[in-house]
Amino acid sequence: MADAPRHLFGSGHTACAGCGQAIAARLVIDTAGVSTIVANSTGCLEVFSSKYPETAWGVPWIHSLFENSSAVASGIEAALKYLGTKDKINVICQAGDGGTADIGLQALSGMWERGHDVLSICYDNEAYENTGVQRSGLTPYGANTSTTPLGMRSTGNPRPKKPMIDIALAHGIPYVATSSAVYPQDIQRKVKKALSIKGPKYLQIHVPCPLGWRHESIKTLEVGRLAVDTGLYPLVEYELGKVTNVRKLTQIKPVEEYLKAQGRFKHLLSNPEEVKRVQDIANNNIEKFGLKVVISEKL
Amino acid sequence: MRELLEGSRAVAEAVRLCKPGVISAYPITPQTHIVEDLAQMAANGELNAECVNVESEHSAASVVLGASAAGVRSFTATSSQGLLLMAEVVFCIAGMRFPVVMTCANRAISAPLNIWNDHQDAITVRDSGWIQVHAENVQEALDLHIQAFRIAESPKIMLPVIVNMDGFILTHGLEIVDMPSQEKVDSFLPAYKPLYSLDVNNPLSFGLVADPDYYTETRFAIKETHKDVLDLIPLVKEEFAKIFGRGSGGLVEEYKTKDAEKVIVAMGSVCGTIKDVIDEMREKGKKAGLLRIITYRPFPINAIYRALRNVSRVAVVEKAVSLGSYGPLLAEVRSVFSSKKKAPVVSGFVMGLGGRDITRDSIKEVFKRLTAKEISEEYIDLKPELLEEKI
Repeated sequence: MADAPRHLFGSGHTACAGCGQAIAARLVIDTAGVSTIVANSTGCLEVFSSKYPETAWGVPWIHSLFENSSAVASGIEAALKYLGTKDKINVICQAGDGGTADIGLQALSGMWERGHDVLSICYDNEAYENTGVQRSGLTPYGANTSTTPLGMRSTGNPRPKKPMIDIALAHGIPYVATSSAVYPQDIQRKVKKALSIKGPKYLQIHVPCPLGWRHESIKTLEVGRLAVDTGLYPLVEYELGKVTNVRKLTQIKPVEEYLKAQGRFKHLLSNPEEVKRVQDIANNNIEKFGLKVVISEKL
Repeated sequence: MRELLEGSRAVAEAVRLCKPGVISAYPITPQTHIVEDLAQMAANGELNAECVNVESEHSAASVVLGASAAGVRSFTATSSQGLLLMAEVVFCIAGMRFPVVMTCANRAISAPLNIWNDHQDAITVRDSGWIQVHAENVQEALDLHIQAFRIAESPKIMLPVIVNMDGFILTHGLEIVDMPSQEKVDSFLPAYKPLYSLDVNNPLSFGLVADPDYYTETRFAIKETHKDVLDLIPLVKEEFAKIFGRGSGGLVEEYKTKDAEKVIVAMGSVCGTIKDVIDEMREKGKKAGLLRIITYRPFPINAIYRALRNVSRVAVVEKAVSLGSYGPLLAEVRSVFSSKKKAPVVSGFVMGLGGRDITRDSIKEVFKRLTAKEISEEYIDLKPELLEEKI
């Protein structure tokens, strides 16, 4: 089809049906455009997009290891600076939540601290989904994963998500934001914004995983929206360390709606204390970012 | 120009003359002087390279991987624990066929912590696919770096090179060296033109998943290229000699082996001491010789066979161990003669671990112990009293 839009992340990859990461990855690269080089960490996205002799990538793309995409991107950026072409070419490094917040955190911190002109994307599906749904540092409280299984002495993951946004901000980098696979225009706007800024940028995108979160493939958008609408995954944007944009919510939904939509959280519903703990996390976010739309009484 | 230089400085000057575009390294003794010198050259504007000061050796190796993938000549340097931390990336760089050049200031491996010289670090990544060469002295270390880029970037090869130089002994030793001119280096080493790179005008994917249908051939291809490396290195040595007027490099050096009855096989700076002992023995009419292995990977099996087939006794002297088996170099030298009709008795001696001095007496002891009886792994200069200590 000659007039079909050309995607830089093509069809034919082997992602699961309903994969939020595949949706987000295509939005990111289509927005960044052809003049972009991507360094990818090992993980779902890498595996399902680059099985020899095929590739889903329409831009120069490189994968080598799990924890080093930000260091590889640093090397690419340095090479482009040497060649004098950096100003014309975007460099993106991308990884899952494990590759970003756990095993890749040191290299990422190094890249941010050194000030490389690179956009780092974290596709946050909240576990090591590629290896069979093990807990990562970005797995949310209470999630039933294969390494935080339920049992006599366990109600799932005992820890909240690692505060990656705060960690990124602590590096003093010029742009930090969250987004979600279910809000395409939000991703597009943030990728554009990030790439217009020189220096290190961090964008963490919530990407539902039907396999790991245990919801039907057709529910990806619904589940992703509930994460935002409950306040559990606020969509925020920081420039030069200050909040410049927050996605406000007209109707904040109780966390039960999000929890009951996914197999990984179902066990929490029978325990009001556990549900309250999750609600407290959402409430903190709602308060911290002023997520609730306040309609003035005078109007 | 002949000048008195520290080994690290001489290597840094050689690297500068090779005009790398990206340099990335992490501090580790005894490698640090090399990258400090390069950083100073960049600061002075004498070196037009991006110097990336990373937070670990893992990232240093990853930075040069990325830079090389982007089509730019790239250099790193490390030692010991640094090389081990890099190991994962080291395998990737070879597997992805990027012509990176690395200096390894050879040093012992922890535990216990030891910053002094042996060859355990280089031996540990011997199976990674990298070409590995060992320098005997500072001049050769300098020359091997210039040759390394040439070999690595040869379109038929496209494999990375480690230039090994003994930590402290060569990195911190002062030697009068002949520093080549930029013109000569330029005529020997053309600008790097990558066959493939991360190019927005020709978008390719690098580092794909290779399932059982494809993986084996990636390894076979490197094995085959190593044959080409063994053919190329003597030619590079010849061409280098023509331009620079000295015969650095090559696969092996045969020192007084032609009529020798007893020959030591060794690598690196210890060969200087061994040559002195051989000269002394020759004066007394004893037919001793040295086979110095310069190219350790790919292992020059044919060159070793040709050099040693008429020798009756061979002593492999090595500064590394393979705990649980025989010395790694011993096992490989022996393997050269498996199923061969003409074979010397090959014995193995371990010495110089963790920087323990190898003296002339240590080498004389090797020749003394080298009888017709095969010895598999004897330690020279061992201190038995330390083993008896009660803790």
